[in-house]
Amino acid sequence: MNSLIFSTISRLLVGLMLLFSVFLLWRGHNEPGGGFIGGLVAAAGIIVYGLAEGPGMMRKLLRIAPQTLVLIGLLTSVVSGLLPLLQDSSFLTGMWLFIGATETEKGLGLGTPLIFDIGVYLVVVGGVSGMVIALEEEL
Amino acid sequence: MPADITSQTNAYSNSEIRKGINGSANTAFACALISAIVFFVAYLSQVSSIAAGTPWTFSGEWVPRLGVQLDFRVDGLSLLFGLLISGIGILVFLYSYGYFKVHKGHARLQWLLLSFMLAMLGLVSSDNIILLFIFWELTTITSFLLVGFDHENTQARRSALQALLVTGGGGLALLVGLIMLGQASGSYLLSEIIASGSAVTEHEHYPVILTLILLGAFTKSAQFPFHFWLPNAMAAPSPVSAYLHSATMVKAGIYLMMRLQSSLGGTEEWFYALSIAGGITAVWSSMMALRQTDLKLMLAWTTVMALGTITMFLASNLQIAALAAVTFLIVHAFYKCALFLAIGNVDKSTGTRDFNKLGSLVRFMPITALGAVLAALSMAGFPPFLGFIGKELIYEGTLTIADQPWIIVAAAVAANAMMVGIALTFIFRVFLGGESTITREPKEVYAVMWVGPVVLAIAGLLTGLLPGQITEYVIQPAVSSVMAASAEVKLSLWHGINGPLILSIITVAVGIMLFFSLSIVSRMINNLVEKLPVVGDSAYEFLLNRTQFVASKLTNRLQTGSLSHYLTIVFMAFVVSVAVTLLYHPVSMDFDRLTPVTPFIAIVVFLMISAALVLTFSNTRLLAICALGVVGSGVAVLFLVFGAIDVAITQLMVETLFVVLIATVLIKLPRFPDQTDPAKTRGLRDAVIAIAAGVVMAIITLGVSLTPLDLTVTHFFEENSLAQAYGRNIVNVILVDFRALDTLGEVAVVATAALAVIALLKVRVHAQGPR
Repeated sequence: MNSLIFSTISRLLVGLMLLFSVFLLWRGHNEPGGGFIGGLVAAAGIIVYGLAEGPGMMRKLLRIAPQTLVLIGLLTSVVSGLLPLLQDSSFLTGMWLFIGATETEKGLGLGTPLIFDIGVYLVVVGGVSGMVIALEEEL
Repeated sequence: MPADITSQTNAYSNSEIRKGINGSANTAFACALISAIVFFVAYLSQVSSIAAGTPWTFSGEWVPRLGVQLDFRVDGLSLLFGLLISGIGILVFLYSYGYFKVHKGHARLQWLLLSFMLAMLGLVSSDNIILLFIFWELTTITSFLLVGFDHENTQARRSALQALLVTGGGGLALLVGLIMLGQASGSYLLSEIIASGSAVTEHEHYPVILTLILLGAFTKSAQFPFHFWLPNAMAAPSPVSAYLHSATMVKAGIYLMMRLQSSLGGTEEWFYALSIAGGITAVWSSMMALRQTDLKLMLAWTTVMALGTITMFLASNLQIAALAAVTFLIVHAFYKCALFLAIGNVDKSTGTRDFNKLGSLVRFMPITALGAVLAALSMAGFPPFLGFIGKELIYEGTLTIADQPWIIVAAAVAANAMMVGIALTFIFRVFLGGESTITREPKEVYAVMWVGPVVLAIAGLLTGLLPGQITEYVIQPAVSSVMAASAEVKLSLWHGINGPLILSIITVAVGIMLFFSLSIVSRMINNLVEKLPVVGDSAYEFLLNRTQFVASKLTNRLQTGSLSHYLTIVFMAFVVSVAVTLLYHPVSMDFDRLTPVTPFIAIVVFLMISAALVLTFSNTRLLAICALGVVGSGVAVLFLVFGAIDVAITQLMVETLFVVLIATVLIKLPRFPDQTDPAKTRGLRDAVIAIAAGVVMAIITLGVSLTPLDLTVTHFFEENSLAQAYGRNIVNVILVDFRALDTLGEVAVVATAALAVIALLKVRVHAQGPR
């Protein structure tokens, strides 16, 4: 699609949407959001960019092949589930680390569910944008 | 000059490769041989304590929740099989080492044989019937791989598949039968099932259990009408045929029948099933054996005959029958394995197995000939071989168990006379006499290859001369296990002049007559066989072809490649299945319980309905997609109104991406087809299906929203979300923590679907060639 206006706006939009998607991913545990929604938002941003600039630029933006992204995502989720096995919990049990926790404050909670959600995010981003790239390229 | 260099490099790399092959084959051979020796010695060390009535047990955890334990229990019967499997294993591994010395598949063969041996030992030592079944299937799989060892040969592949389908199919029946047996008797442990005596025969499902278990046993042990796979399995190399298809695996079915005889036997059903199947198998296959000219096929059919004979004996629950079956099993394992190995040597050395072309091999391969002749004498049942004792017991058994002895006795004499005829053919037409027409001069084989036949043949002779030891330590405990009661048995060569001895003399006389008139007899049998209706192999072929025919018809009918066809099927299936369920379980419609409709919701719904109408009557795809997007977004708004924010966002995103994706595809397609298209004639049908699906869905939704919710799960998540998983967004906590395994599965589906779409698009382009 050769439109200067769309092309310019899409560049602005993709950055904002990617940022927003990470925000959704991060806050998902406490507020509406999460890996799946975040991934969809990010994919939508990438697709808007791709509609304006073509599939080649989408590949450049992703830097790695979407299939690889999907597999990395899946691996991340599986590994996050395997981690608890190290401390004799069962597969996919949440393991948490509270940074800066005091007597009264819970601190910053980081847990394996977040890693799991990042995996979900990557699978969705890679899967959806991969399908669009393939459609754009092959049809 | 360059040609020389090439050939030198080739020679070098070939010898390098050869070294590599031999290296891995030697490792495999060493592992196999050592395992076999270890097991054999271990079994030997337990002989006296098992004979004294103390089984050798081992127990370990495996899948405790399913009640599947690694329960092993070696009693007299298991010991007999264990000794045969590991002892013959030693000889077969040695033999294979010589037979495959320069074959590129040597390592594979040794590993497979070792796997088979372990599976087989597991089978005969399992106390848990599920464990037994697993080993049973493992022997089926290793047998498949070993029959198809020469996988570049079409015939070998066909035979392997046939063996797999027949025994695997029987295995499925066996699994169901064993589970039903476990349920009926209340225990999955063989020892407990046997201890409960014949209680299972009183159970209402006894006929079903018996049929299913016997299907498994009959297919495995090649009983009529499933006998045909075994002669075809002779496509396997000689050591495999000797080990699996004469001495051990085909006896797994026999083992099972022996093991369960005290629990399932003693009824009319058991008696008739086994005696009829075994009797037909024995007589038919000894006739088939006589018409062969290929020595190996001849042996294969006599194996089927032996299996039939043993099955026939297991029909009766008298001690003499069990004794005859057990003794004949040992006799048969000794001589048949020896003969198979000897024929392998002949084949290796002369290049043929056709007895018309062979003769006087004793001059060229004296040691092989010695083993083969001794084994054949045992097969013929001449004194002082163990074969003689076996045959006497068979006659004693038939005279004792049969109501109408003379029919069965006549059949037994006929079958045994044919054995004598075949044994004499081996002795006088192949090894000691006869004219050889082969051109090359045969040589004696490596020592590792003749040691097997010779050792087994001598074992048949020694156990015949001195039956005391083997009777006390092996046969008597095994018979006790079969009878599930301690048995007292004595074997001796000389019983005095009695019925069996007279029958033996008649047998030998008829056998000698058969030997001299072999060509006439085989011609007569050939004429007879041509007149008989098709059985076995042709039935298998017919069934397999019909199955493939029906399957391809069905697939072509269902998998048309047309999306609208698929959707029609899916929605029709949905409507029919749900509508039928609703007819039987009507949903109570209590509309008073519904919450009132606010004006906002009414507007959203009105928009959705309008969009759906636009969609239905639109002429361009783009309009249709956008209209669909409106419907989906309307659903998202409804989610939002009812407070499901996460679901609403997801729905909205999916809807947006869906429109974009479809638009990407559809922009590249031509306009909607003209309304004169056949699609128009489908319009009415599609409308009916769509409206029906909508109505059914509406009823379900109403039914669900009118059903009082059980809030237990909701409360659990509300209470524990923050406390245990440190998250306030319950939806997300469920997704990534409480039900993370579900999410993992869903993510895997997303990943697979995406990869499949990408791959399909690439394949499609490549199939059309580069643009």
